[in-house]
Amino acid sequence: MTTGRRQRWWLGAGGLLGFLVLLELVPRAGLVPDRYLPPTSRIAGALAAELGQAAFWAALGDTLQGWAIGLAVAVGAGVALGLLLGSVPALRAATSSTIEFLRPIPSVALIPLAVLLFGTDLRSKLLLVVYASFWQVQIQVLHGVQDVDPVAMDTAHSYGLGRWARIRHVVWPTALPYAVTGFRLAAAVALVLAVTAELIIGSPGLGREIAVAQTSGAVPAMYALVVVAGLLGVGVNLVARALERRVLAWHPSTRREAAA
Amino acid sequence: MTVAGAARRVLLAAGLPIALLALWWVASADSRSFYLPPLRQILEVVPSVWVGARLVDDVLPSLARLLAGFALATVAGVGLGVVIGGSPRLRAALEPVLEFLRAIPPPVLVPIFILVAGIGTTMKVLVIVSGCLWPILLNTVEGVRARDEVLEDTCRAYGIRGSARLRHLVLRAASPQIVTGMRQALAIGIILMVISEMFAASSGLGFTIIQFQRSFAIPEMWSGILLLGLLGVALSLAFRGFEGRVLGWYHGLRRAQRGPS
Repeated sequence: MTTGRRQRWWLGAGGLLGFLVLLELVPRAGLVPDRYLPPTSRIAGALAAELGQAAFWAALGDTLQGWAIGLAVAVGAGVALGLLLGSVPALRAATSSTIEFLRPIPSVALIPLAVLLFGTDLRSKLLLVVYASFWQVQIQVLHGVQDVDPVAMDTAHSYGLGRWARIRHVVWPTALPYAVTGFRLAAAVALVLAVTAELIIGSPGLGREIAVAQTSGAVPAMYALVVVAGLLGVGVNLVARALERRVLAWHPSTRREAAA
Repeated sequence: MTVAGAARRVLLAAGLPIALLALWWVASADSRSFYLPPLRQILEVVPSVWVGARLVDDVLPSLARLLAGFALATVAGVGLGVVIGGSPRLRAALEPVLEFLRAIPPPVLVPIFILVAGIGTTMKVLVIVSGCLWPILLNTVEGVRARDEVLEDTCRAYGIRGSARLRHLVLRAASPQIVTGMRQALAIGIILMVISEMFAASSGLGFTIIQFQRSFAIPEMWSGILLLGLLGVALSLAFRGFEGRVLGWYHGLRRAQRGPS
């Protein structure tokens, strides 16, 4: 039943090619009007035209900037708060109901507030990105800290390790795989929210370009930008996974993933 | 559990939320800021804004679209996931395409669906389906793929096949993963429900809230934000209840495997 690596690669490439050919043929055969779905070749043409424009690169830069800053803030705050709440049982007990309440609040609920407070500024994008991705990291780190082996903790105690040494040598290595999983989830969510802010609020970036292309009827350009957004998403996933492998290379169960 | 223990738990669970609300109430009580009205004022407008016509015309249709999209995505995701997960070749062929489709941030599909389906109900349900489908589909594929080989052989030995095999082996083995996918999908679905209405619509919860913001009806806007938050919490609690029912056997099994602790 095992399919070889090489064979898998060829099957995957064939599937991708088939998908592109299908999208070329469906509008050409008139199954879907091409003002709704232009053939692949015209989307590719529009994409090439976009790549030659400075405005496109500026928009891409804006999206990546919002994503990176927001993600960094969320990861920093999520790890710090997760470690703190995880290591002090009284704090965890007192805050768990509040966190359980705040976490499922959809970040898009904050859109009107962001618009009022910051307009189309970078800060309104950051508000959404940070709120959405913070929880992904925080909850994972919290679970990670709870997973610490009590025997290891007792051993550290009896060897006279101080609070910081215990966090550094016992808690952190246990929580790290969880934190990295949280980072991977947060990286994807942050991109979604960055693009959402651009689409709805009109902060500069790819999302706004897509909205503009849609309202001005530039259908192939709109599809080209959606493809770019998808490739960006693939890129974010690949980078996050590579980072995961690198950071956890030492870990015996690199494959284990906490259920999200 | 003793009475004192129960009281302590209630106090711990309710203490901080009550303290935070009280802080908000007091701190905003004589707020002159236009954007941050007193909490009292926000709560005062809730009955007049959200009870009555708006509940029937905006809130309930939004929820109906969310549930319809979520249900469609679950059926399609599990159906496709079982087919794709059952065949290694098909999985290898579709993996790059699925990775790409999943990586597209769902909100950017809103303009495409507006183009194809206008700004009516169809568009909004399609947007919700397109976002909810991927977590369910990919988790189902993983769950179906990773089923227990001994159980697989046992089924074969007992001649269990067809729909009985699907029900008792494939779907049962994949159900913890399917539920994980559904939980992720529900969170995405709420976001897309709001976005599809904020981007272009003439009714719905998201539309109403953005309308309040545009007309600077600030306490009404805040009440909408609170309502959305409560909705997210309520749906997540409802889903937890559903999960407890569907996966009770699984959590029990896990506890038994881990041994008494």
